[in-house]
Amino acid sequence: MTISIDPQKTNNESLQPKGWLRYFSFSLDHKVIGIQYLVCGFLFYLIGGTLASAIRIELASPMSDFMPRDVYNQVLTLHGTIMIFLWIVPVVNGAFGNYLIPFYVGARDMAFPRLNAVAFWLIPPSGLMLVASYFVEGAAQAGWTAYPPLSITTPQSGQIIWILSVLLLGGSSIFGGINFIATIIKLRRPGLKLMQLPMYCWAMLGTSLLVVLSTPVLAGTLILLSFDIIANTGFFNPVLGGNVVVYQHLFWFYSHPAVYIMVLPAFGLVSEILPVHARKPLFGYTTMVFSIMGIVVLGLVVWAHHMFTSGTPPWMRLFFTIATAFIAVPTGIKFFNWVATLWGGKISINSAMLFSCGFIINFVFGGITGVALAQVPFDIHVHDTYFVVAHFHYIVYGGTVFIIFSSIYHWFPKVTGKMLNEKLGILHFIITFIGFNLCFAPQHWLGLNGMPRRVAEYDPQFQFVNQISSLGALLMAISTIPFLINVFLSLRNGKNAGDNPWNALTPEWLTSSPPPVENWEGEAPLVEEPYGYGKEISEQK
Amino acid sequence: MTTLDSSKEIQKNNSEVNEKHEDFRMFGLITFLIADGMTFAGFFAAYLTYKAVNPLPDGAIYELELPIPTLNTILLLVSSATFHKAGKALLTDKNSDSQKWLFFTAFLGIIFLICQLFEYFHLPFGLTDNLFASTFYALTGFHGLHVTLGTLMILIIAWQSRINGGRLTSKNMFPLEAVELYWHFVDGIWVILFIILYLL
Repeated sequence: MTISIDPQKTNNESLQPKGWLRYFSFSLDHKVIGIQYLVCGFLFYLIGGTLASAIRIELASPMSDFMPRDVYNQVLTLHGTIMIFLWIVPVVNGAFGNYLIPFYVGARDMAFPRLNAVAFWLIPPSGLMLVASYFVEGAAQAGWTAYPPLSITTPQSGQIIWILSVLLLGGSSIFGGINFIATIIKLRRPGLKLMQLPMYCWAMLGTSLLVVLSTPVLAGTLILLSFDIIANTGFFNPVLGGNVVVYQHLFWFYSHPAVYIMVLPAFGLVSEILPVHARKPLFGYTTMVFSIMGIVVLGLVVWAHHMFTSGTPPWMRLFFTIATAFIAVPTGIKFFNWVATLWGGKISINSAMLFSCGFIINFVFGGITGVALAQVPFDIHVHDTYFVVAHFHYIVYGGTVFIIFSSIYHWFPKVTGKMLNEKLGILHFIITFIGFNLCFAPQHWLGLNGMPRRVAEYDPQFQFVNQISSLGALLMAISTIPFLINVFLSLRNGKNAGDNPWNALTPEWLTSSPPPVENWEGEAPLVEEPYGYGKEISEQK
Repeated sequence: MTTLDSSKEIQKNNSEVNEKHEDFRMFGLITFLIADGMTFAGFFAAYLTYKAVNPLPDGAIYELELPIPTLNTILLLVSSATFHKAGKALLTDKNSDSQKWLFFTAFLGIIFLICQLFEYFHLPFGLTDNLFASTFYALTGFHGLHVTLGTLMILIIAWQSRINGGRLTSKNMFPLEAVELYWHFVDGIWVILFIILYLL
């Protein structure tokens, strides 16, 4: 069965509000939804960042003098949940995915535009609910992992609001994932082969498979947890004969893949940005595709490496150590491919490129500590210390957030038709890079020396290093100022970008900037070689 | 700007404007059902782990009788067949036959739910009595929720397949096919649930 689109119907734009208002409407345009995701995510990033600053101010001194201990617990729970579920996952999947995937597959919109809008509009209410829970008898205190029995014994209302909010965000994520899979597999323009797709499509296909397979398990687990809290059942309550380790297994069955849900799209985005600014084809396209799929498969069978101290039996430790170490192989392949892409290229040093290179450097650190943490003896030593905090932030901030900024610098001209200011961009990069490394590199040392995470007070011997870390956090907070100034100035009177300021070959640059409502005047272009940069030079000769 | 020019040439070469696309609503539904199936998989995994690791505490009662769930299994399997009949009838434009089969399927669904509730009220344990009781109610309850939603959807499409003014015709089969796939999925889950919860 085929669906034919009535040309008169599609040209009827009067149903959608125009101008700024459309960003507040139930718009079905994938580009509008992408921007909605991005701006909404960034607002939550500012909230989450403020909470992070509060944490670092508290940790500048060994005593809990800035805020009471239970408030500290609420702040760190909200920080983790907001940053993961409301900033990184929606932005790196929803924002860039919605904006770019239809261009890349040569479509006019996503496969299910209404479902797409529903998926976005689930986010603001659940985010506001989560933030508001702080003002209603206090927010959840059990961390973003919500381990029982802690989540059962801490005040109930905050925890229940947290569960509800995460369930809604999970639903949004699943709807998005279904949409991406259908768009990439079913909506490709005729003649476009799978192996001709830009790398971000492959990354999003892998990510969406993980979303669809693992998020429902988290949803089911949280429903059981809410029964434990409200209905006095004992699924995870040891007092009533329940089993806390089952919660951890089910939780990490989602939340380890969630790391890949946060980082695989970033892998895809960096694979789009590097070839453009290095003027070279992406090195090893096929190996990139297979390593993404390898990460997807392996990512589903490594979850128990978060639980080496939860009484896991020896065979389980052995299996999950080996499986985790194996993930380093496809990830390493991707790394060498990126470096080889840069090698010998005509590299332009601009903000997008700098943030991408920053990503490569930071992610190597995060990757190496990740392999170290997979080894049981080492993991038992540093489990639940600041070493884990440092590792995790090197992956999600040093990795994904750097790529989010890189992508904003790269695609801002396409979205708005204006260039961002390069000087402010480079300033933004320098402050972010120094601030980030100053904040998180010392935490490796803190963790190795035994400073536990998620506690408001610590041994006074750690004070100096913690203050260095807090100084780094201050720089990171400052770094958003040049970025925001840059965005607002460039929106007002930035240089006109033209349709293709970077001379890129991927399909989104082959239309006007900003793109028209249905992406192309006439037929979508067939781009068989999205990274054919070497050929461009030979043609010019 | 050689690249832009060449891409414009490509654009010209493929001048036939493609405004038709395949219907992939079924594809989306299948993806959703895989996701939904993973929720059940999580529940089953939890139940089986409890069974392997957590022994039933002393004095706790967890006894299940077989007759009602067996009847329920038969009811759902028959309803899958009757639903299939409804689809066949609609395909050959026998709308009233199709509607009859759909109402019969919904009737079987309702009987299933009544039997389920009857079982709930006659079991010797309650929701919070012990771990296995809680898991039993969570699993069957979550499945029952699916049956309830399915029955409501069947009633809606039965109403839509009326002869005058109904949207469901042999040319617009998708709503029926979608609900049918969902209903088969719910039946399949019940069979697994029946084996794991009652027979193992």
